[in-house]
Amino acid sequence: MSSAIETVREVTGGEYKWGFTTPVEEETAPPGLNEDIIRMISKKKGEPDWLTAWRLEAYRRWQAMEEPKWAKVHYPPIDFQAISYFAAPKQKERPKSLDDIDPEIRRTYEKLGIPIREQEILAGVAVDYVFDSVSVATTFKQKLEELGIIFCSISEAVRDHPELVRKYLGTVVPPGDNFYAALNSAVFTDGSFVYVPKGVRCPMELSTYFRINAAGTGQFERTLIIADEGSYVSYLEGCTAPMRDENQLHAAVVELIALDEAEIKYSTVQNWYPGDKDGKGGIYNFVTKRGLCKGRRSKISWTQVETGSAITWKYPSCILQGEESVGEFYSVAVTNNHQQADTGTKMVHIGKRTRSRIVSKGIAAGRSNNTYRGLVKIMRGAEGARNYTQCDSLLIGDRCGAHTVPYIEVRNRSAVAEHEATTSKISDDQLFYCRSRGISEEDAVALIVNGFCREVMDELPMEFAVEARKLLGISLEGSVG
Amino acid sequence: MALLEIEDLRARVEGKEILKGVSLSLEAGEVHAIMGPNGSGKSTLAYVLAGRDGYEVTGGAVRFLGEDLLAMEPEERAAAGLFLAMQYPVEIPGVSNMYFLRQALNALRKARGEEEVKPGEFLKQVRAAAELLGMPQELLKRDINVGFSGGEKKRNEILQLAVLEPRLAVLDETDSGLDIDALKTVAQGVNRLRGGERAFLIITHYQRLLNHIVPDRVHVMVDGRILRSGGKELALELEERGYEGFAGKAA
Repeated sequence: MSSAIETVREVTGGEYKWGFTTPVEEETAPPGLNEDIIRMISKKKGEPDWLTAWRLEAYRRWQAMEEPKWAKVHYPPIDFQAISYFAAPKQKERPKSLDDIDPEIRRTYEKLGIPIREQEILAGVAVDYVFDSVSVATTFKQKLEELGIIFCSISEAVRDHPELVRKYLGTVVPPGDNFYAALNSAVFTDGSFVYVPKGVRCPMELSTYFRINAAGTGQFERTLIIADEGSYVSYLEGCTAPMRDENQLHAAVVELIALDEAEIKYSTVQNWYPGDKDGKGGIYNFVTKRGLCKGRRSKISWTQVETGSAITWKYPSCILQGEESVGEFYSVAVTNNHQQADTGTKMVHIGKRTRSRIVSKGIAAGRSNNTYRGLVKIMRGAEGARNYTQCDSLLIGDRCGAHTVPYIEVRNRSAVAEHEATTSKISDDQLFYCRSRGISEEDAVALIVNGFCREVMDELPMEFAVEARKLLGISLEGSVG
Repeated sequence: MALLEIEDLRARVEGKEILKGVSLSLEAGEVHAIMGPNGSGKSTLAYVLAGRDGYEVTGGAVRFLGEDLLAMEPEERAAAGLFLAMQYPVEIPGVSNMYFLRQALNALRKARGEEEVKPGEFLKQVRAAAELLGMPQELLKRDINVGFSGGEKKRNEILQLAVLEPRLAVLDETDSGLDIDALKTVAQGVNRLRGGERAFLIITHYQRLLNHIVPDRVHVMVDGRILRSGGKELALELEERGYEGFAGKAA
C-alpha cells in the first residue's frame, strides 16, 4: 500500500491539481430561477407529471424560506437569479455504451484518475460519472443487474423504475426540510440511484464521481439509496471542480433508506475547489444528507473526508426509527487558508435500544475556521438508547479556529449519551522528532494528521483510503513554517 | 578528516548563553562520552547538533563529514547520517511504530538517491533489531511511544538507531530512567551496533552506563565548556570525586 508521505510527494507545488476545465460544448440554461426553468429541466429529462408538480411545489416552498444563518460561516449574499440551473454536455442522447462517450469527457475522467472503464484500477468498483448536471456513464451495470441491483442515474431511475422513486423520493428529506433541500428538490438535475434487493450483499463498491465543469452554474444532484431487507451496500462519492475566481454553488440532497437488518455504508471524499490562498473562489458546499434506519436492526454508517470547498455546510444524519438500529458518523474535516467548515451530524433516536456513534476529527490550519456541530436527540420512546460522541480538534498554527457545538437532548431516562472532546496542536516536539529522523516538515505534518484521523480513515473502503490520505497531505501543504 | 569536528561552539536558549565555546573532535568508529552535571549544557549540545528550533548558535562551527552541519535542516542532518536518541521520546498517536520507521527509512534513502526499502526486507530488518533489543514484536505495531514505559521508550530509540543505521549516533541520557536490566539490554544493543565506521556520542550523567558501553574518550562538561578530556579512566575518577571537585579544580 502506498504511504502518505510518498503520495504527498507525488503531487507538486501544493496547487489544486484538479482545477482544469474541459473544452466540451455544453448546453446551459440561461441564468435565473422561475417556474419555466423548472418545467424546462423537467421536460428535458422527460419526467412524468407527478415529478414536475413535485418540483414546482418545492419551488413554491423555497420562495417562502430564508437561508439558514446559524452556521459559523460567512459569505456575501448569494444571488440565486445569477446561477444557471442546468448545464449538460451537448449530446443527442445518453451514450448507449461506454465506448460512445465524448472523448473530451473521457479524457477528463482519465486526468482525474478515474478512467471510464470496467477494468484495471477500478475493477472492484462500479462508477456513475456525473458531469455538471447529468450522468454521463455508469460502469458494471450489467453485472449488478444480474443480482437484481439497480445502479443508475436518478434520471434513468425515474424513467425505468418510477414506482421505486415515487415511493421513496423525499421521504427522508422532504422538499420543505430546509432552504437548500427545497432548492435542490425544485431543480435537481442528476445524481445516482441505488436499489439493493432483499438479502443481496452488493459485491462491489458503488461510486459516483461528481465533476463540476461549466462556469456560472450550480450543481444540484440528488442521490437515493434503498437497501431492502437484509441487504448490504457500500457506496462512495468523490468530487472535484475547476479553479475559478467566482464561487459556485453545490447543493445536493442524499437520502438513504435501510429496511430491516439492512446496512448502508456511505463514504465521501469531498475535494471541491477550496478557493485560492487568499480565499478567492471555491465551491459553496451546502448539502443535506440523511439516512433513515427504517427497519429493525438496520444500520447506516456515514464516513466523510472533507478537504475541499470554500464553505462546507453539511450534517449527514441518521433517523434511528427501527428498533435496535445503529447510526454511525465518522468524519475528518480539514480546513486551510480561508476555508470554512461547519459540519457534523444529527442522530435522532426513536426506536428502542437504538445506538449511535460519532467520531469527528477537525483539523484547522491557515486562517480557516472549523466547526463541529452535532445533535443527539433521544426521543421519549427510545428505551435503552445509547450514544457515544468523540470530537477531536487539531490546530496547526495560531490563526485558525476550531469550535465544537454539541447539542444533546435526552427525553428518556434509560438512555445514555456520552460526549468527549479534545483540542490539541501539532507540537514542535512532534515535528522535530520526525524531522530528526529524516522526515521533512510537510511530510511530518501529513504523518501526524493521518495518525490523528486514523480511526476515521480506517472506516473508508480500502480503494479510497490511499486517495484520502493523499488529499489530507495536499490540503495542508504550506500550512507550517 | 574527523567525522565530527566541533569548534568553539557557542549557543543560546531563550536569550541565555548555554554553550560557551565547546570544542570536540570525533573520528569514525569512535565512542565518546560527555559527562557533566545537570545544566552543564550536555543536552543543549545534542539539540544544537540535531538542529532543533530555539537553539540559537552564536558562534563557532560544526563540520560533519567535512560538511557544514549547522547550515543543514534537521532532516538533512539525518540524511547525512546523524541520529539523536532523545532523552524524552515523543508520542505520536495513531501512527504505528513500524509505519513511522518505514517512512523515516524511506525518507533517508530517498534523500540519498536510493530506492525505497522492499517491504519484506524492511520487516526482516526491524524484527532482527527488535530481537537484538529484547523488544516484544507487539511494540512494533503500537502507536509510537504511546503508553510505552520509560524503558520501552528508550529501547525504541535504539531500535530506530539500529534500523536507520546512522554514521554518528548521539545518545542523550539514554540511561536515565532505566533499571539495571533495561540498561544492560540497551548497552548490549549499542555495543552490537558499534564497530566499523559508526561513531557514538554518549551523553550521560552517571558513570554506570559506561561500565557497559566502554568509551574511547570521555569529556567532562561543566557550565557550557569541556573542562577535561581523557580516556575511560576519567569517568571513574569523576565518579569518585564528583563534579564539584572537578569544577573547583578547574576554577
